[in-house]
Amino acid sequence: MPSLNMNADPKRPTLRKNRFSLPSLEGWLYVLPSFLLFIIFLFYPMVRTVYLSFFYTDTQGKPLSFAGWENFTTLLSSTSFLTSAKATFLFVLYTVPVGVILALVLALLANQKMKGIGFFRTIFSSTMGMSVAASSVIWMFIYNPSIGIANKILNFFGLADMHFLLDPNTALLSVAIATIWMNTGFTFLILLGGLQNIDSQLYESARIAGVSSYYSFRKITIPMLSPTLFFVLTVTMINSFQSFGQIDILTKGGPTDSTNVIVYSIYKDAFINYNIGSASAQAVILFLCVFILTVIQFKLGERKVHYQ
Amino acid sequence: MTIGKKIFLYLLLILSGFIMFFPIVYAFMISFMQGGEVLQGKLIPENFTLTNYINAFEKVPLLRYLINSLVVSTVIMLGQLLLCSLAAFAFVFTKFKGKNLLFMLFISTMMIPWEATMVPNFQTVQSLGWLNSFPGLTIPFFAMAFGTFLLRQQFKTIPIELYEASQVSGISRFKFFLTVVLPISKTSLITLGIYCFLTAWNMYLWPLLVTNDEKVRTVQIGLKQMQTQEIASEWGVVMAGVMLVILPTLLLIFVGQKRLQEGLTRGAIK
Repeated sequence: MPSLNMNADPKRPTLRKNRFSLPSLEGWLYVLPSFLLFIIFLFYPMVRTVYLSFFYTDTQGKPLSFAGWENFTTLLSSTSFLTSAKATFLFVLYTVPVGVILALVLALLANQKMKGIGFFRTIFSSTMGMSVAASSVIWMFIYNPSIGIANKILNFFGLADMHFLLDPNTALLSVAIATIWMNTGFTFLILLGGLQNIDSQLYESARIAGVSSYYSFRKITIPMLSPTLFFVLTVTMINSFQSFGQIDILTKGGPTDSTNVIVYSIYKDAFINYNIGSASAQAVILFLCVFILTVIQFKLGERKVHYQ
Repeated sequence: MTIGKKIFLYLLLILSGFIMFFPIVYAFMISFMQGGEVLQGKLIPENFTLTNYINAFEKVPLLRYLINSLVVSTVIMLGQLLLCSLAAFAFVFTKFKGKNLLFMLFISTMMIPWEATMVPNFQTVQSLGWLNSFPGLTIPFFAMAFGTFLLRQQFKTIPIELYEASQVSGISRFKFFLTVVLPISKTSLITLGIYCFLTAWNMYLWPLLVTNDEKVRTVQIGLKQMQTQEIASEWGVVMAGVMLVILPTLLLIFVGQKRLQEGLTRGAIK
């Protein structure tokens, strides 16, 4: 216990004043509020979720009897969960690569030294100020088959009307496009920061050496930006796994479960169908996905930072 | 840069800026349209009247929701700033048993997706009697690893001589924190504050779970409510609501874009 260790180190005279000589209790006091909240609202509920995933529960979420792996095996053999897992996977696949590339292109454009560039930077980062609810309502209108602009654009190019959110074949893709737009602001801002941290001397020497701008992009920009790029990739992937608001407003998981991504599925099982055991098992699976991604990010991120 | 290349770049910038900003402008235009105009699929309203905005305030208690969101976001922001700066201070300026372990614990919080814990969290908040209350909406979010790391990076740049000098003049450590560390770190605190406020203002899932009552409902959930009630007929009113919801955060972005970019990059990449 921290309090017992006050002045416990006999070799260190208590009068010596350096930053590390004060009683250890005080340090704990500063961290205590954060520590307690993490325990109550993050670690305890995570452990509890794992616990509940091994039980049959009543509608209030009270564990009734031990279920073993039953909740998991039921999930893995249910078509609705497999549909949901597939939707989640496809959603991540649709949103992450395109989203990051789009933001990278915008960041490269906005990294030029030109008059009025600040205005464009602000425009490109503006979606960071857009809430998921507000953005979803706008996109709901855009996708409205009869009055929204999406079909007008299609018609302009001579294409037939589509039903976007109402068609099981296009709903997930439509939500993904809206999501890419919502996330661009944040991704752009981080990537622009990364670009601006690259030493301009490098470009200067490349220019003097007379190499092409494509070559300096490949040999300077990409390697120097790779830690940031890698960070952004993991963060957008994790965010994508956690998408909820746009699904709730745009499709409610439908049509025919085609957009029932994992967080929405957890929400529905827990708060609409009151099947807490199944919801917890899905939450454990979500946790494992995010956990693995974060560990990879830490491990590879550490290694990549070194050659900066 | 040649003139030709410059023109080309400006064209690209304008085009991509137009595409990125279009949904917001579109919503802005619709927020001034009457029912008939919306159904005709027009892009520019005939005249810019505030009818939809007035209606938005009358149809749902939008003002109440806006105030609730302001209260919730401000409280979360202040709580996060306080707890993060306290924890960061401990990690930089104190030594205690278990510090490294505790630091690992802070890092590991980033591996737990908040959504995976929502069921027990809901039960906890329910058993505390915090459903439909400001504590239930705010307190669970006060602790934040990202903010702690960001401030820790900042506090590390404070010269140790300053600390030693304060020790010599007999200032308590807490007073050093209040009168030296916090004022020096003003810029980082403001950046983090903007970020916290934005995130809190835009929260969706948790307020949806723990509020079913107008007294504390936040504006994001109010927007969902508007959209489900008004959907067929009054898109103009809904979009007026959208504009009111995004106005504060868009202004924050316009003012703090540069700061956010610098601060977030520093927090993200070591």
